[in-house]
Amino acid sequence: MAQDTTFTEEQAAPERAVEHDVDDPRRAKRFLFLRNGKALTGLGILLFFGILAVVGPWIAPYDPNQVSADLLQPPSWSHWLGTDHTGRDILSQIVVGTRGVLVVGLIAGVSATVLGVIVGVTAGFIGGMGDETLSALSNVFLVIPQLPLIIIIAGQLPTAGGVTVALVIGITGWAWGARVMRAQTLSLRKRDFVEAARANGERTWRLVLAEVLPNLTAIIAAGFVGTVTFAVMSQVTLAFIGITPVSDWNWGTILFWAQNNLALQRGAWWWFVPAGLCIALLGMALTLVNFGIDEFVNPRLRSTGMNARLLRRRRIRPRIGFTPVLRTPPDGRPDVGTTARTTRKERS
Amino acid sequence: MTASTLDVPAPTGTVGEPVLEIENLSVDYGYTDDATHVLRDVSLTLHRGEVLGLAGESGCGKSTLAYAATRLLPPPGLITSGSVHFTGRDGQRTDVLRQSDAELRASRWQDTAIVFQGAMNSLNPVYRIGRQIADGILAHRPGMRRKEAWDQAASLLEMVGINADRLRDFPHQLSGGMRQRVMIAMALALDPQVLIMDEPTTALDVVMQRQIVEEIADLRERLGFSVVFITHDVSLLIEIADRIAIMYAGDIVEDAGAQDVYRRPRHPYSAALLHSFPPLRGERRELTGIPGSPPDMQKMPPGCPFAPRCAHVTDVCRQVRPVLGPTALADRGGREAERSVACHLHDADLEGIDGTLPADLAR
Repeated sequence: MAQDTTFTEEQAAPERAVEHDVDDPRRAKRFLFLRNGKALTGLGILLFFGILAVVGPWIAPYDPNQVSADLLQPPSWSHWLGTDHTGRDILSQIVVGTRGVLVVGLIAGVSATVLGVIVGVTAGFIGGMGDETLSALSNVFLVIPQLPLIIIIAGQLPTAGGVTVALVIGITGWAWGARVMRAQTLSLRKRDFVEAARANGERTWRLVLAEVLPNLTAIIAAGFVGTVTFAVMSQVTLAFIGITPVSDWNWGTILFWAQNNLALQRGAWWWFVPAGLCIALLGMALTLVNFGIDEFVNPRLRSTGMNARLLRRRRIRPRIGFTPVLRTPPDGRPDVGTTARTTRKERS
Repeated sequence: MTASTLDVPAPTGTVGEPVLEIENLSVDYGYTDDATHVLRDVSLTLHRGEVLGLAGESGCGKSTLAYAATRLLPPPGLITSGSVHFTGRDGQRTDVLRQSDAELRASRWQDTAIVFQGAMNSLNPVYRIGRQIADGILAHRPGMRRKEAWDQAASLLEMVGINADRLRDFPHQLSGGMRQRVMIAMALALDPQVLIMDEPTTALDVVMQRQIVEEIADLRERLGFSVVFITHDVSLLIEIADRIAIMYAGDIVEDAGAQDVYRRPRHPYSAALLHSFPPLRGERRELTGIPGSPPDMQKMPPGCPFAPRCAHVTDVCRQVRPVLGPTALADRGGREAERSVACHLHDADLEGIDGTLPADLAR
């Protein structure tokens, strides 16, 4: 009994001290995801566009539809990104158009991901006839050529606004995610921890929500980001070829007007380059976030993904089957870890 | 219990030259400054023809030591210092930690073979076991014909007591114990000099455990390889091992002959570990177990890691970390001089240690 008390005292004292010391790093760990350079860059760009989408119409210098006498002017102080063939301010068009792009991307991404998860996880988990039916359904959607279908549907709806386009993209774009989700669920539901939960008498919905879904987070997130990219591209394409109303401003609409008025031939680079850059930037941001997720989700590799620069500096290449060995660099400068160790050894 | 029930002529005292020498091996998990130091300056020598047991509680670094010595630690494992020297049959000494990938790949299985934890799940379910054994042989012996490799696989199976016509079976057609034997046969396929067995019998029933342990002892007699046997089953270890290294919180705390550890433990942890399982013979005694649990490796207290749980703890134990050294009874001579222990109680020069060991450590 006396021993037990010493034990608790011994344990408690250093723990209190340590907790106080590592308070700050621990808080930083909560935002571990943000320590990844790729994810941080991607999220930064997304945040920028997000703010632009919210406040765009208020901060735009001009009304994007306002016709003026400055026809096809190159960038100047009054029109930072120049004007188009009817004298409309292109910067304002881009700023105002951001909202349309992001809203469509988000709605399409969410709807396609939700559909994909529901169909995929259900198919994978229930198996049997239900699986067959749902798989057949997603296979049908997989072989339908998406863009022509979107063009037809969007063309049939005369009042097709951004939300309609987004829903059409969502309804046609879920099948690939569903297929991936089903495959992963099939593998997960046979694992021991799911079997154990089943043996514990957990309900099916809890098995799906608490045991299977958390393991799918990475795939769902990656699929979502991919779908958003696809949705933005589709929407820009639709606007570019003039399927959606040209009065709804988005980056594709700008490209539509630029194309129809021979911007390239006239040398009006300021008309199409900024819009194109914005599209590329948004796509890049989403891809970077995707990379960040990839490196973040595996708890085992997280340390590797988080510290790529440190690993390079210390010449560590983590691989399975060939444990890295820390060496003193050839220039004789002892490594941080090695120094600490030698001094400890000398002490003892 | 004990070796007297098993007719293994344990080569006592004299052992061959070293075949695997681990010196001051340090291993971290994690690459940053807050990495966990799991092994700190661990040294261990395996001699030719010896069965060395690694024992200790879960999470005390037994497997980490074995996998670090073979460079099989998965990320985020990192070897921060030390050396691991392997001596071949031709007497050539190589540092495993400095080998290139190709050298490492060539020496694996050929020099050092491993039977993994849960070995019976290491077989690929879609290939016949004969093919899996033959594939491994062919990978290291490029000139060999497939037929020869299959013949060799057949004789390997016979060697571990499985009928050669099971060669065309798939893994699911074998029982757990048979799969385990197949893995052992596979590990021995290239006549390795060191066989590392990581809890090879943990998932098996005692009868099967016994068969496999006898099998290994018998094969070792015939083929003359050295074995590193990792387990937390100390009673099993006393039967099979020549020498036992007891590990605690990433340190080797006692390194001595198996019978010596069993009959005359010198470290309080070894003594406590031995009191945690019942002996087959001898007087009845109460099983005590060890109060508390191993320390958190991320927040190691200064001093001896076992101090908070030790029955003989002194003030110096809480401040100074003990290192492996001779026992206080080394002047008894004989085998006593060969053992080493990491405990301040054996260091009479220290302040607060009077040099007399507690009775249960001085038998």
